[in-house]
Amino acid sequence: MSADKFSNPVVRWVDHRLPIFTFMDHELNEYPTPKNLNYFWNFGSLAGISLVIMIVTGIVLAMSYTPHVDYAFQSVERIMRDVNHGWLIRYIHMNGASFFFIVVFIHIFRGLYYGSYKAPRELLWILGVLILLLMMATAFMGYVLPWGQMSFWGATVITNLFSAIPLVGDSIVTLLWGGFSVDNPTLNRFFALHYLMPFLIVGVVILHLVALHRFGSNNPIGIDPSGPQDTVPFHPYYTIKDFFGLSIFLSLFAATIFFFPNFMGHPDNYIPANPMQTPAHIVPEWYFLPFYAILRAVPDKLGGVLAMFGAIAVLFILPWLDRSPIRSGNFRPIFRIFFWVFVADCIALGYLGGMPAEGIYVVLSRVATAWYFLHFLAILPLLSVIETPRPLPQSLSKSVLGGTALAGAASAVKEKV
Amino acid sequence: MTKTQTLKQGDIPANMGRRDFIVVASYAMAGIGLASVAWPLIDQMNPAADTLALASIEVDISKIEVGQAITVKWRGKPVFIRHRSETEITSAQSVQLSDLKDPQTDDERVTNPQFLVMIGVCTHLGCVPLGQKTGDVKGEYDGWFCPCHGSHYDSSGRIRKGPAPLNLEIPPYQFASDAVIKIG
Ligand code: HEM
Ligand code: FES
Repeated sequence: MSADKFSNPVVRWVDHRLPIFTFMDHELNEYPTPKNLNYFWNFGSLAGISLVIMIVTGIVLAMSYTPHVDYAFQSVERIMRDVNHGWLIRYIHMNGASFFFIVVFIHIFRGLYYGSYKAPRELLWILGVLILLLMMATAFMGYVLPWGQMSFWGATVITNLFSAIPLVGDSIVTLLWGGFSVDNPTLNRFFALHYLMPFLIVGVVILHLVALHRFGSNNPIGIDPSGPQDTVPFHPYYTIKDFFGLSIFLSLFAATIFFFPNFMGHPDNYIPANPMQTPAHIVPEWYFLPFYAILRAVPDKLGGVLAMFGAIAVLFILPWLDRSPIRSGNFRPIFRIFFWVFVADCIALGYLGGMPAEGIYVVLSRVATAWYFLHFLAILPLLSVIETPRPLPQSLSKSVLGGTALAGAASAVKEKV
Repeated sequence: MTKTQTLKQGDIPANMGRRDFIVVASYAMAGIGLASVAWPLIDQMNPAADTLALASIEVDISKIEVGQAITVKWRGKPVFIRHRSETEITSAQSVQLSDLKDPQTDDERVTNPQFLVMIGVCTHLGCVPLGQKTGDVKGEYDGWFCPCHGSHYDSSGRIRKGPAPLNLEIPPYQFASDAVIKIG
């Protein structure tokens, strides 16, 4: 990576003093990447792009938004009707949050299936969970800003979660509100924090990527590349694959924005906030539903809150719960079944979180919540002991090219492609 | 001339304890300094003086018919004022304390049993329970029902069933006259 690598003299001059081009070349161009990554590995870069989309549209929205209880709702309606392209910008930001969560959830389940949280990627995983937490906080506060009925009551219910903390709970809630209920001071500070937090996320994403590049990506068979024959340079192989995935992502995103922009939203949020009346059926945004179901499944206030935060906390210690040395679910016959049961369980929780808390739904939420924790706290630790994994391939190349391929044959094939 | 110590590597100087103390003391001072700068930055989030000053309100209750209720706004929250019927009062008074999650007699919750005054905010997570309007669902105990996560309150506003831990809160209030109450 000497400076001669770059033909442009200006680039060379800068790079000699500030090796930013060397850095980019190293991390984005020649960066050796396992050659067997499948499309589930697209979702990291999609998450990054979603974050950029959210920041850009958010900043321009802030230019027309007014964080005051008397004007917030109107200012959003004005953005929708009068501000040039305002409707487009708002619909991108609004649906962008949903797409961001879709992408990150798939990204996380990818990690769960392929064991990407295992050594030496524990910190990478923990930083990811931290990003998830920051995203949830950001999305929650953003949803309060339009000051509709769901904004207001969502904010009320979620801030009240903290009142469950013994002794200091009520003082914390008052501190969050800046008053005696969710009101103007609350809206103001939520706007300030909603503006700030995405930039904190950017910071953690950078750390996430530094940790990623330390050992490189995991891959679908979960064994480490044994040498250069098992990897390809990131550019052009994965840049092009990521761009292809991006084009599909953007098509779906655009279709949603133009044809069903309110599909994932709730109509009650187009009613201005009314602190004197709670809507008959309040639900959070869809991406919070599984956690909301866990909250409601426990018939005790503090217990429910602990279970809900516990559902995320357990992800932090996952690398130490699943002790199996085999990363990829492809070679773990029993784990694989439980993985899909767990996916179904999460989807069930999401469904139940959107249903009223009565009758059969309560019972089912309790079963699904119990399963969620059993999966992490009992099934995974147990499987690491009792499961017999299937034999692992000897190398990445062999798994890609079939059992008998030699290193020479591998490069021959690469030339043909 | 004073004696100077020459230290070889690995020697422990005689006054090491004193140096440790200085190091610890300076960390402690820096810590206290940081905390005292951080406090105003955090405490500014607490209610401001004008928010705290939000005064009391006076409500005319003479127009509330028996069995009816009104909702007024105090400190940004709904306050329920219900003119209870005889049946509601007797049923509220006849409940066994042992049946209650947050035991309180009806007497402790009212000044005048005919008028129940309480903050209309569910003690679970803060929704406004239904039961003020005629025709509202009143829950299994004929009082109020919170639709958010299914808490049932009785005709004294006490929690009977569901996730809420406490009875509906009673605000500070007094009867300014027979017809007017002052809340706050
Ligand atoms: C803003 C959110 C996020 C961004 C921008 C982001 C970005 C990325 C990128 C670009 C990669 C590398 C490419 C890839 O594997 O697809 C990656 C890998 C990874 N991420 Fe994230 N990520 C985010 C959130 C998360 C979350 C929430 C988790 C887990 C809870 C997570 C866990 C991981 C793991 C374990 C890897 C390594 C995966 C592997 O190589 O197999 N990430 N991330
Ligand atoms: S807020 Fe009333 S039951 Fe949850």
